[in-house]
Amino acid sequence: MTTAEFGKQNWGMVVDIDKCTGCQACVLACQSENNIPLNTQNRFERARAISWIRVERYWEGDFPDVHARFIPILCQQCENAPCEPVCPVYATYHNSEGLNIQVYNRCVGTRYCANGCPFTVRFFNYWEPVWPDSLRNHLNPDVTVRSRGIMEKCSFCIQRIRRGVRTANKENRGIVDGEIQTACSQACPTSALVFGDLNDKESKVSKLKNDDRNYKLLPHLNLEQNVTYLAKVDPEKKIESHSEEAISHE
Amino acid sequence: MQQRRDLNQVHTNKVLLNGQLNVPKWWAPTVALLGIMVLIGFTAIGIMVNKGLGVTGLSRPVYWGLFITTFVFWVGISHAGIMISAILRLTQAEWRRPVTRAAELLTVFSLLTALFFPLMHAGRPWRIIYYIIPYDFSRGIYPNIRSPLIWDPVAISTYLTGSTLFLYVALIPDLGNLRDRTTGWKNALYTILALGWRGNPRQWQMQTIGGILLSALMLPIFVSVHSIVSWDFAIIPSVEGWHSTIFAPYFVIGAVHSGVSAVVTMMALMRWLWKWDDFIRPEHFDALARLLIVVATAWLGFTFLELIFAVYGLDAPELALREMQIFHWPWNLLFIIFLFTGYIIPVGMWLFKSVRSNIALMFWSSILVNIGMWLERYLIIVPGLARKQPFVFTWEAYRPSGLEWLILVWSFAWVTFLMLLFSRFFPLVPLFEQKESQVFTDDVKIGRAKVPAIIREID
Repeated sequence: MTTAEFGKQNWGMVVDIDKCTGCQACVLACQSENNIPLNTQNRFERARAISWIRVERYWEGDFPDVHARFIPILCQQCENAPCEPVCPVYATYHNSEGLNIQVYNRCVGTRYCANGCPFTVRFFNYWEPVWPDSLRNHLNPDVTVRSRGIMEKCSFCIQRIRRGVRTANKENRGIVDGEIQTACSQACPTSALVFGDLNDKESKVSKLKNDDRNYKLLPHLNLEQNVTYLAKVDPEKKIESHSEEAISHE
Repeated sequence: MQQRRDLNQVHTNKVLLNGQLNVPKWWAPTVALLGIMVLIGFTAIGIMVNKGLGVTGLSRPVYWGLFITTFVFWVGISHAGIMISAILRLTQAEWRRPVTRAAELLTVFSLLTALFFPLMHAGRPWRIIYYIIPYDFSRGIYPNIRSPLIWDPVAISTYLTGSTLFLYVALIPDLGNLRDRTTGWKNALYTILALGWRGNPRQWQMQTIGGILLSALMLPIFVSVHSIVSWDFAIIPSVEGWHSTIFAPYFVIGAVHSGVSAVVTMMALMRWLWKWDDFIRPEHFDALARLLIVVATAWLGFTFLELIFAVYGLDAPELALREMQIFHWPWNLLFIIFLFTGYIIPVGMWLFKSVRSNIALMFWSSILVNIGMWLERYLIIVPGLARKQPFVFTWEAYRPSGLEWLILVWSFAWVTFLMLLFSRFFPLVPLFEQKESQVFTDDVKIGRAKVPAIIREID
């Protein structure tokens, strides 16, 4: 294997909805990895909760044949991101690794990017974040604590990516698939979230991306997301029923 | 046109300079009251900057609300100036003369107010200066010129510069007039501001050419400013109700509608407060109301065109948004108020000549228009964000907080405060324009009546 180089990967994720049980372990892992302030009752009531990944529940089918479904929604790291061109200060831009970067220092808090995001995965810090004293030592030293007045969003745990590439570099080897994990994919008990390098054709995520069940959310917007989904397999349904409408192939 | 009194120049000078040389009694208490309101408003803004935007009612996904609505509203009001002073000047509409300065003044002050809103609305307002004046060259980071938020300050500051110059050029002869009638520090101030105005033919020629050139140069701004403001919304592909190709002309015509109505409101106030009955006359209101009927109807056409586009496209999310905007509580109530105050009541009134020349009725109908136009912007901006979105199950209606309402009230007090402050030192009706129109008119006999006719404007 050749040496790992910075900027040569294309990070992506595949979310297998068939495997998701809605357990919210990813939400919790993200919360503690990325220094996200506690979402109190008041924050939920004011619709200001911050959660970089969230599990949305929806209902499928007509009564009495109704099923609860879960779908984890995180920043889709779009290649054609609607949030990027509208930022006046380049606080959000696309880097060569397929990541939609949020630069906290540049952000002035116009919230224009958040209006543009069709998945509403961009979050604004309405207040200065506070933690109870007991949680102060839990903060991850690798991640900036965001002050009030700026946007934040899923970074694909860029601190882990940087550390992984640096380690591989130091040991003079390439990146092993599965070596770099985001907090959510690491925490997922059913491995519904798979993270990896899409440029590595042998990686698990690349193979899943070519799966027949793979589809993108909101394909009509042509966002070219790096996060794609694997459709739910319903054993009770015939295979034709979710072919054309539900799944849009690449 | 009605018959009018022959006004000699001494009378014109005396009456039109009463704001400066013979200050009305109501002026000081009114300005003091407005000053208190302005102070309260600035305190509210200070609290918001200090505590953070948590004090507003904004949430996720309604990230923009009352402030952006009010920003668009004030930019819309500012279109009055360019409409009255540039377009009507170039089309030689004689009735514009007494209102040119007030309209231009409204432009300058409403733009100054509008600028406050996006600035204080940002999460870290103290950093905004970086993208308006890109000082941070050392790190090679330049503002993102693809963002409409960069186009906005460019368009607005161009408009502000143009309007200020226009206002000043038209003010010079009157400043000379004031200089000759004052003593002490005021005299010194007017002497500096009058730039050595003597009123000789060369100076008049320069002043006239300057005015016409500025009118012509500012014409593109007439189209550009509100188009660019509309693109703040129109370029976002993922928000139904925002992503529309007709937004630019729709916003421009709406801006003219609200701006000219604001001029009508202001003219009525000027006539009542300074008793300028001889100068701001019913025929001026009549002319403005007739202009407004055309503008309002064109604007209503765009409003329905936007809905027709949605229905024609049969795009399910777009249809759902329109359904929410028009039929669902509380938007349905706002929509009905908007339709009635923005068009049906005022235009229905203006169709009658008796209303058009009744100053009190014109005053109230023009206020209705601006209530409607504010609601129009609110109905575009907020439902687009508060709509039901895929994968987001936290949609909700946005409720502005008390502080946001306070700042909205502040913006009105602030504009009025600045206008009154200006009126203390500078004439609100251009004296020279008034006299010029007297010189250019002649009496023509039609039957028994003596009717003033305009010979010509400028060669």
